[in-house]
Formats: sequence, structure tokens, C-alpha cells
Amino acid sequence: MTNLNAIYINGLGNLSPQKTTDSSHFLDEVNRVQSNRLACIEPNYRDFISPDILRRMGRLIKMGVASSRICLADAGCVMPDAIITGTGLGCLEDTEKFLTTLIRNNEELLTPTSFIQSTHNTVSAQIALLLKCHNYNFTYVHRGWSFESALLDAMIQLRNGKASKVLAGGMDELTNGSFEISRRLGLWRMKPADTFELLKTTARGSIAGEGSAFFLLSSAQSDTTYAVLTGMNTFNRKASPVSLPRLLSDFLERSGTGPEEIDLAVCGLNGDTSSARPYKELTGSLNNAGIAAWKHLSGEYMTSSAFGLWMASMIMKKQQVPEAAVIRPPGAKTIKTILIYNHYLDLNHSFILIRKP
Amino acid sequence: MPSRIFVTGLGFISGLGNNVQENLDSLLDLRSFIGPVRHIDTSLKHELAVSEVSLTNDELMRDAGLSAKSAYSRNALLGIIAAKEAFLHARLDKHTGLNTGLISGTTVGGMDECEKYYQDFLTNDSKNRFIETYDCADSTEKIADHLGLKGFITTISTACSSAANAIGFASRMMRAGKLDCAVAGGTESLTRFHLNGFNALKILDKLPCRPFDATRNGINLGEGAAYLVLETEETNQKTGNPVLCELVGYGNACEAFHQTASSPDGAGAYLAMKKALDMSGETPDAIDYINAHGTGTDNNDLSEGRAIEKLFTGKIPYVSSTKPFTGHMTSAAGSAEAIISILGLQQGIIWPNMNFLTPMPELKFQPAGEIIRGVDIKLVMSNSFGFGGNDSTLIFKKHGIH
Repeated sequence: MTNLNAIYINGLGNLSPQKTTDSSHFLDEVNRVQSNRLACIEPNYRDFISPDILRRMGRLIKMGVASSRICLADAGCVMPDAIITGTGLGCLEDTEKFLTTLIRNNEELLTPTSFIQSTHNTVSAQIALLLKCHNYNFTYVHRGWSFESALLDAMIQLRNGKASKVLAGGMDELTNGSFEISRRLGLWRMKPADTFELLKTTARGSIAGEGSAFFLLSSAQSDTTYAVLTGMNTFNRKASPVSLPRLLSDFLERSGTGPEEIDLAVCGLNGDTSSARPYKELTGSLNNAGIAAWKHLSGEYMTSSAFGLWMASMIMKKQQVPEAAVIRPPGAKTIKTILIYNHYLDLNHSFILIRKP
Repeated sequence: MPSRIFVTGLGFISGLGNNVQENLDSLLDLRSFIGPVRHIDTSLKHELAVSEVSLTNDELMRDAGLSAKSAYSRNALLGIIAAKEAFLHARLDKHTGLNTGLISGTTVGGMDECEKYYQDFLTNDSKNRFIETYDCADSTEKIADHLGLKGFITTISTACSSAANAIGFASRMMRAGKLDCAVAGGTESLTRFHLNGFNALKILDKLPCRPFDATRNGINLGEGAAYLVLETEETNQKTGNPVLCELVGYGNACEAFHQTASSPDGAGAYLAMKKALDMSGETPDAIDYINAHGTGTDNNDLSEGRAIEKLFTGKIPYVSSTKPFTGHMTSAAGSAEAIISILGLQQGIIWPNMNFLTPMPELKFQPAGEIIRGVDIKLVMSNSFGFGGNDSTLIFKKHGIH
């Protein structure tokens, strides 16, 4: 039965460092590497984009367009009522290309292509252009809240009836330049880390990653429904001395859920010792829940919570937590409620709650 | 019944002045400060005409009362100055206990520092503190910290419609009951990056720009920041703030025609204006003034002009582009022109489309050539269109009329 206020996740499209584009597989064969950075396994983009367009397209745009196409096909949706993206750093490859040429050529002999593609809204605009979709189109660019802002906007539009099908996604790309620059800030492990060891070892830094994940959110349940998106909240802990369990119970209360109902907590654990504390604080209060993690599979990036929501949606539909993602197996026979908890550098925190339809 | 959204605070810094009053004075005196680049070390310095905020970064730091210990991009500094003015205008420092959000639009972010230090970022640790000012969210976070805003904040980037969309999204958050009030707008500083980008696109005019003129030849880029304080009707009953006007319409559409160009028939512009008008419940003939996107490019003004003619089949309202005053403030243009429109609404003034001389043969209407005073203005529309066909329109209504 379709609940009037419910929001359904009816389609997924995820391009990541794992084999995630084919929904018949679910992390059953993990791409295990020894590295401090992970790159997306890219599909043959010609399956999604015509060659003449493809030739000039920047990499993040290709990733975004391909994953959005997978998502729309998965949901059987031809034309969404809104396209909403979130990206922390946008089209870095094109930005670096234009900036580097500008510096090297001392502002001479510049061609506009990489400038045109450098704006953060290029992904959502290109998706719209290829679909000829004239509907609402939006891009959020707020670090670890970029994808969450896109979700929030989608939820508002679905709840107030402005839209019934929203294509929402989060994407970021890693370039050599951005890896090197963020390495200087101490974000990444000094030594290569093994995919299966990252979360077990204690050291400073995580591993860098990238990805693009889309969701078709709808006000109506369908035969492709994965989960019900029940709630989402962003919070800034610097501004609030309130404990995480307390923040969680406030959040759950608004969704009409008790903490004991959470069967699985999907956490953004990333192998960085200093980032682990909030996750421990939260999971310590969820004794009945299983725990799963995703960043050893996706790497850390500003919109990686989109990978987290993808994984949680797949777990809900398949009723199975992939071995590679399990930290503590869930006790419940049926997984009915999943909490996704993520934070980016302890600055941008978010809760997302999904339920079994 | 969704709540009404009132505008109760304004903050504005641009080439015309460092606060709302100075901007208004320049507008009333028909002064524009468009000229050569002064603050940026670019080889295009003498080739381009731009509108820069007169203050240096050091002067902006001093005026904002900031310590040089933290790294600030010019984007953040401009944003802090304008957002603080709006915040204090609506006395949000006195009205505690409100759930106040900050929604800001920007596109180049901290590129002004990044383009100076990019090689250092890659090869040594001397400028690491500026790395964190690069992304778009940095200016928003700095504004929130400066104003002590601890609730919901986010950043929007839809190129040159970013600030209009920030205002639109803030109003939807409020109507959905997620915020009592919001500081919403945008900030953008000039950078070598986008000066050169627009220059490579060959859409910059070396002379003062002439929107809607047959001889128009491109854009003058500008910089600055502009923020509005929006309150729901219920919040306004608590704050008792004087209502400057009401936000009654917001439309967002994607033209889906071309990454940078507008369609010849202005389909995206038409859709954005139509959606905003439908939301406001007003008829086209009720609109008194359109602050056009009017960049001065061949492409935009023809496309937008045709869209206006298509929507306003009866009498076409007064139309002007105020970009000859401010330059094209890109991501901040939407909120800057919203404020200019609101100032016109309050003062009963139609702002002139400066530098207009020769009508476009393709259009039936002409923009307002002179400043017109003493007009009874009830409804104003402000257009902002961006790369990617991200087109948005805002409609403001005089308060207390039905």
C-alpha cells in the first residue's frame, strides 16, 4: 500500500571503485587493492552516451550521466520531475585543466571547453540536456552535506506534491592534483592500505576515493522499490555539545522510530583514527543493531554517503549484508530499519533512515 | 496553507558601494564604476571593463573585524560583509531562539586564492591554509561562523542563477516548516579563472555593456555579495520586523538546450518566468517591472526578450537590466538584482537600462532608457539565468496590498 507521505527509493545507479553498476551482483566479488586511493571502475561510456558527445565530455560528467542512466533504467523512469545533484568539488578535471593552462600560458591561447565544463552544475545540466528534461534542476556544493542537501530538496518536493519522481545523486571525482593537495592536509594514509585491513588498522588518514550514485525517489511504491526513505538530518557537532545518542534519539523520534528498532547501522568508518570516535560513540548506544561500513570499498570523498545509501538500499532489498561490508552481523532475521550515519572530517554529520517497504 | 514569506533584511556590497545605502545612492545618481581591473594581477587588466568592489582584501578584513590569523578568500570576505548587514538589518542578533538557516550561492568559491597558490598547493606546504578556502562551501561556513548561525546551512551552485536559487530554496525550506527564517543570497569575487573563461568564450565587452541594445557586444563582469533575510509570517509576528516586501513567486527550469547558450526562442527563460508567475497566482499584466537577466550578449538578450514577449502578450511591463550599473555579478547576480528590484519597489522607481540607445530590430519592446520616478509598483520580477540552462525567476510583491 502506498503511504501518502512516504518516499520510495525505486531505482539505483552507482558507479564506484567496486563492480556496482550491475544490480544482479552485490559486492560479492570485491576489488581488493593495496593503495591509499581508489579509482572508479568505469563502464564503456558508449553504452550510455553517443561518441560525438562523449569525446568532449569531462570525466565526472561521464560518470554522472552513466550512473543516472543506470538509475533511470533501473526504476523504469523516462522523465524525472526534477534532477538534483550534490557534489563537493565538482568537475575537478576540467577545472584543473583550465587553471593549469591559464597559469602555464600566462592567460593566453585559452579554449573555453574546460571552462564551460568546470562549473559544478554541469553534471545535472548535461543529464537534463541529454534527456531534454526542462524540469527543476539544482546543484548543491556543500562538502559533506552536498548529497544530503540534494536529498533534502528531493524530499521536500515529493512531500509537497511538486514532484512525484525525483532523480537525486551525489558525485565527486579524484584527480592526481586533488589527491596530492588533500594529502598535504593529512587526509590520506601515508602507506598503502589493504582494502580488507583498512578498518582494522589504526593510523592517521583514510584512503581517497570517488564515485557517482543516483537514486530515483518517488511518492509511489513500485515493483522496483528498494526501500522507504524515512528521514534525513544534517547536523554540526561543533555547534552542539549534545551527545550523538541524544541527537540520534531526537532524529528517530521525528521519524516515529525507537533506537531499538534499528537493525543495522551503516557507518562511514574510514580507517582514520581521529574520525573513528563519533562512530564508536553512536554504535556504542546501538547494542541490538548490526554494523556495516563502506569506505574501505569506496574510499573517502565528500559525497560518499551516496555510496552508503546505495549499499543500505541494496541490503534492504536483498536482505543480505555483503560479507565485505560487515563489522558486526545484525541479530534480526529480517532487516526492517537501517540507519546510515556519516561524517566528513567531523564537520558535516548526517543521519539517513530507511525502512523496508 | 503554506506560510507567506516576508523579506525583512537586506545586505549588499558591489562596485556601486559597500552597503545597501551606498548602492542605492549610486543607483539614484546613475553612477557606474565600470573600468579596468585593479585588484587582480591579470594580463587582461587593461583589456576588460569590470565592476570591482573598491575595497582591498585587507580593508574588507578590517571592516569585518577579522583577524589575519585565519585564511579568507575574497569570496568569503564579500559574503561576510553583505550577510552581516542583512542579519543586523533584520535584528537577528537580538531575536534569539529562531531556527535560522543560511543558504548561499557561489560558483568560483575560493578560486581567487587557489589560482595564486595552486603550484604551492601541489609542491610545498607554504600555503596549505588556503587549500581549505578553495571549495564553494568555505565562504558559507565562514559566514555562518561569523554570524553564529548553528542551524541548517548549505551552498548552491547553478552558475549565474545560484543566488536566485538560494533565495528560492530558502523559501521552500521555510514553507516546508524546516526553518523559521533564513539568510539567503550569494557571493562571488572576480578571479583570473572566470575572467579568462568568459574571455575565451568571447562574450566580454571591452566597452561598458549595453543590454537590449542592437549594438550590444557582451558582458562586463562584476563582483560582490548580496543577502536577504526571509521570515515566515509566523516568525515575523514574533520579531515584529518591518516587512520590506513579500516573496510571492519562484520558478526554476532547465532549458536543456546547450551548456552555455540560450535557445533563440527563450524556452527556458519563458518556463522560469511562467512557473514563478503561476506560483504567485498573479496574471502577467499585474507585473509592473522586470529586472532582466540582460547580460548584454547577443544571445541572452534576444532569447530573454523573446521569452518576455511570449509571456507578456498584452502590455509589456517596464524592463531593464541593471548590469550596466553593477556588472554581471555571476553567482551573486540573483540576490543583488533582487535587492535592486526591491529598492525600486520601495521607492517607486523604475531603474534605467543604462547605455541603451539603439532598439533591437527583433524585439517589439524597448527597455526603460531613463530612470522613472513616482511609479506605483506592486509586483517586480527578477530573472537570473546560468550556464547549463539553469534558469530562475523571483517575484516580489509590495507588502500590505491585496
